[in-house]
Order: sequence, then structure tokens, then C-alpha cells
Amino acid sequence: MITYLFTVLLLCSFLCLYRISRGPSVADRVVGIDILGIIVVNFSAIVSYITRTDFYLNISLSWALLSFIGTIAVSKFLEGKGFDE
Amino acid sequence: MKGFFSLFLMFIGGLFNLFGCIGLVRLPDVYNRLQASTKCVTLGTCCILLSVLISGPVNISLKAFLTIIFILITAPTAAHAISRASYKSGVNLWEGSVCDKLKEEKK
Repeated sequence: MITYLFTVLLLCSFLCLYRISRGPSVADRVVGIDILGIIVVNFSAIVSYITRTDFYLNISLSWALLSFIGTIAVSKFLEGKGFDE
Repeated sequence: MKGFFSLFLMFIGGLFNLFGCIGLVRLPDVYNRLQASTKCVTLGTCCILLSVLISGPVNISLKAFLTIIFILITAPTAAHAISRASYKSGVNLWEGSVCDKLKEEKK
């Protein structure tokens, strides 16, 4: 089961990297980066399941937070506004 | 029983992640890609974190629960921000799209 999950998530990561490299517009690349961040959260949760420690779930939670903030910042920049409006 | 249920949730979660990323590659438009990938990947991540939650001790369960709540709040917000920014920065819809309510609203 662990081999299946790592294979599937690695395939998902390569599909996201394909969309990031070949996206026609900037918004496609932002979507790919957002999905890649959530895939990294999955990887970290599975490593926590294997090793039975909660250290990797801290990494998972903070990675989700940083991915969300980065996506919001890039989309506000793309919209042409500042952060406070 | 608990181990079987945990493995079943992991299987479902991996399958939903794969479907979301196939939708990210195959669909023709930014908005279609955003809808497919965000919904499926959020559900897959919640399934995998739920399997980690029901198979671990208390400290792992608590942090997995917090991560599930956080993902469920932030992923639709990020998708909404991306779609609004791409509409305002002038990304056109696919030519097979039938409905553009925001354009009718602005007239």
C-alpha cells in the first residue's frame, strides 16, 4: 500500500510539473503550484504514518499554511491590487 | 478492522489525487482545470489525513485533525482567489463555454 501511494503521488507531482512548465498563462502555473503544495502535504502525512511520529505532521501543517499564503499573494499580484484592498 | 479501514481510505485518497492531477493536465481551460484539480485533490488529502488520524496515537490524531480543518478552509479560498485574479487579468474562457455570468453582470 505504501508503494502504491508513493507511486501515485510521484505521478501526480510529475503531472503538476508538466502543467507548471507548459502552462499557456500565468494562472495555469499558479494552479499547478497550489496543487503541488497540497501533494507535498500528502507526502509528509504518509511519512508520518510510516515512522509513527508526529514531527512530520508539523511540517505538513506549516507547509499548507505557507502554500496558502503564497497562492493568495501571487493571485493578488496578478489581479493588480495591493494587499489591503 | 481499524487497519483495514485505514488502508481503504488511503487507497481512495490516492485514487482521488490521481484523478485530480489527470484533470489538471487534460482539461482545456484555466477555470475547468482549477475546478477539477482543487476539488479532487482536497478530497484525496482529507482521506489520507483521515486514515493517518484513525490509525495513530493521540498526538498524531490531533495534528491530523487540525490539518484537515485547515485544508478544508484554505483550499476553496485559494481557488476562488486564483479564478478571480485570472478573470481580471484577462484570461479568456474556452470557446466551448456556454455561460459567463460575471460578464452579464458587468454590462
